[in-house]
Amino acid sequence: MLKNKDLLGLKDTPKEEIQLILDVAEEMKKIVRSPHKKSPYFAGKSMATLFYENSTRTKSSFEFACSYMGGVYSSLNVATSSVNKGESILDTLKTIDSFGTDVIVIRHSMSGVPHVYAPHVRAHIVNAGDGLNEHPTQALLDMLTMRERYDTFRGLKVAILGDVKHSRVARSNVWGLSKMGAEIRICGPGTLLPSGVEKLPGVTVCATVEEAVRDADVVMGLRLQLERMTKGLIPSMGEYHRYFGVDEDMLAKAKKGALLLHPGPVNRNVELSFDVVDCRQSMINEQVTNGVAVRMAVMYLLTRDNKVV
Amino acid sequence: MKTLIKNGNIVYFDKIERADLLIDGEVISAIGQNIKETADEIIDATDKCVFAGFVDMHVHLREPGFESKETIETGARAAVRGGFTAVACMPNTNPVLDNKFVLRYVQDKAKEAGLAKVYPICSITKGENGELLSDMLSLYRSGAVAFSDDGKPVRTSQMMRLALEYSKAYDLPVLCHCEDMDLTNGGCVNEGYNATVYGLKGINRASEEVAVAREIIIAANLGAKVHICHVSTAGSVEIIRAAKKLGVKVTAETCPHYISLTDDCVAGFNTMAKVNPPLREAKDVEAVRAALADGTIDCLATDHAPHAHWDKECQFDTAAFGISGLETAFAVNYTYLVKTGVLNLPKLSALMTKNPCSVLKLPGKGIAVGEKADLTVVDLNKAWTVNPSKFASKGKNTPFAGKELFGAVEMTFVDGDKKYARDGE
Repeated sequence: MLKNKDLLGLKDTPKEEIQLILDVAEEMKKIVRSPHKKSPYFAGKSMATLFYENSTRTKSSFEFACSYMGGVYSSLNVATSSVNKGESILDTLKTIDSFGTDVIVIRHSMSGVPHVYAPHVRAHIVNAGDGLNEHPTQALLDMLTMRERYDTFRGLKVAILGDVKHSRVARSNVWGLSKMGAEIRICGPGTLLPSGVEKLPGVTVCATVEEAVRDADVVMGLRLQLERMTKGLIPSMGEYHRYFGVDEDMLAKAKKGALLLHPGPVNRNVELSFDVVDCRQSMINEQVTNGVAVRMAVMYLLTRDNKVV
Repeated sequence: MKTLIKNGNIVYFDKIERADLLIDGEVISAIGQNIKETADEIIDATDKCVFAGFVDMHVHLREPGFESKETIETGARAAVRGGFTAVACMPNTNPVLDNKFVLRYVQDKAKEAGLAKVYPICSITKGENGELLSDMLSLYRSGAVAFSDDGKPVRTSQMMRLALEYSKAYDLPVLCHCEDMDLTNGGCVNEGYNATVYGLKGINRASEEVAVAREIIIAANLGAKVHICHVSTAGSVEIIRAAKKLGVKVTAETCPHYISLTDDCVAGFNTMAKVNPPLREAKDVEAVRAALADGTIDCLATDHAPHAHWDKECQFDTAAFGISGLETAFAVNYTYLVKTGVLNLPKLSALMTKNPCSVLKLPGKGIAVGEKADLTVVDLNKAWTVNPSKFASKGKNTPFAGKELFGAVEMTFVDGDKKYARDGE
């Protein structure tokens, strides 16, 4: 059972619920992998996506998740919708709510947008990324990918590398992984680490990538936005790749067979070297599959009829 | 009209004495034991305190231009409800308070309202654009009490130098909103653990401190006076303390929220706690309190920044900065400074009345025979819970909503006229 109406972040999601979502996602993955992708878990239900920020995979992932469970969906194109005519977020959400949608998936460039508006709509809100704050389904799919390889999160050493300051993926992973007992090592250039990062639960800040990666079970690269360079937060892509990127030599310093994760899309030869992206330890494509499974689980659990006791 | 206030604890700037106080017309005509004079109204102030009316040197009354947030009338009503007999209003209106016409408009509206006295502050630069000085002398002669580009800090050091140099010759008070906008860089909360936890863009303390240091260094080199608005960080306190030790003519103010709240209040994207400068951390709150106690910070002002509910009921990034502060100021100051033992009542009275008057060169000798009867009667023992819907201000935006505070304003007299009475509500 999920306690809350919405999935806004992992910061406020109890450990047991994370566990439950991952358990259900494991079952859902069988559907994704099967030749007949049909299941009744969202039948008769509807989903709307409202993305104020671009998305390559997250939006499609939710759409596939909905279809595989027999639901219907509509994806609002913000660029051509009334949002462009100045309609407020709340008014837009209320309109979509009034279509009778069961789940609204929202992404916005400002932190807290789903949190602020979720109480005002009937539909279940799923946060698909709010500003720098959280991206819970991404962290859940990362965690599913880890759990498939390792039996437990307890004591798992996870290195998170790069632009932690601007990364909602990193934050959601920190909240989720620390709750499950993992050890998180963070490394990135000083200009891309948030203030007080060392005080986050379960986190150790490492001075070098090598220190973070040594003996790690999981190595996660974060996407670097190009504008970080144009705004002067890093001197050059070359310097970034040399000191904060991961190549095959660096990955070899991790535990044998360690997983390489990246939320995508990858800037080859920036966060990860060109070839390491496609190496056997790279889980990047597996993550995409797990993304569909996790989103199926989340939508199913949020809308399950006997949810409220 | 004569009013006799019986048996109150008269809070002077340096002592407290129980006495009767007689108001005759606009002035205090007698203070003493057992005044027998007949009066039109006799007020029993047993167990209550009588303060010199509080003077708020930093409020935003929003008119003209932003009447959905506040008007001069509602702001002046909020002032007397908070025990303030005078307020100085900032010029970031639309149009900007940078010319005699707008100045006259504000003065007329204040007169019409006939509540708290309203002293307009004009902008340092025309349009608060940071490019050309306002006609400072003409505006001063027409009734502006000070100059400030509050809310839109003077960007270049050279413009600030010119402002301080020009105003020095005529002793015009200049009030500086200290913020380096390059360092603020779109931030909306204190840069620290809470910003990281909620993924909100932080404002480093350096944004304030670099500007505080800049204004002080410029003033020191010109031998000019400068006043620092809304001090919020431990570092600013240290800079001001050092400057005073060196003999720089610097004065400073802080606000009730910086002596009582930390950035923990932004939890859950609470836009009511979004204010500029941002709420900081416990060590800053401690430093600012200590600075009030040792005289490093001279004044308590509210930075009353009322907003319409829709300016705050939105996502954190786009929510307006500011707290509606007039109606909670005294109780917050009393609860967090006096009840905690940081200050005594006469010192609080000096911080809320004497010192702001001194910075703005306003008459404000306090409670004395022959002085204007600007008085505030307070019940210190009264505990109350902040309920913004009862505010006279149009701005219901306060992070203190639901908090229990001590010290209720019972009555406010402006020039001998009772402009507010709590039991009349």
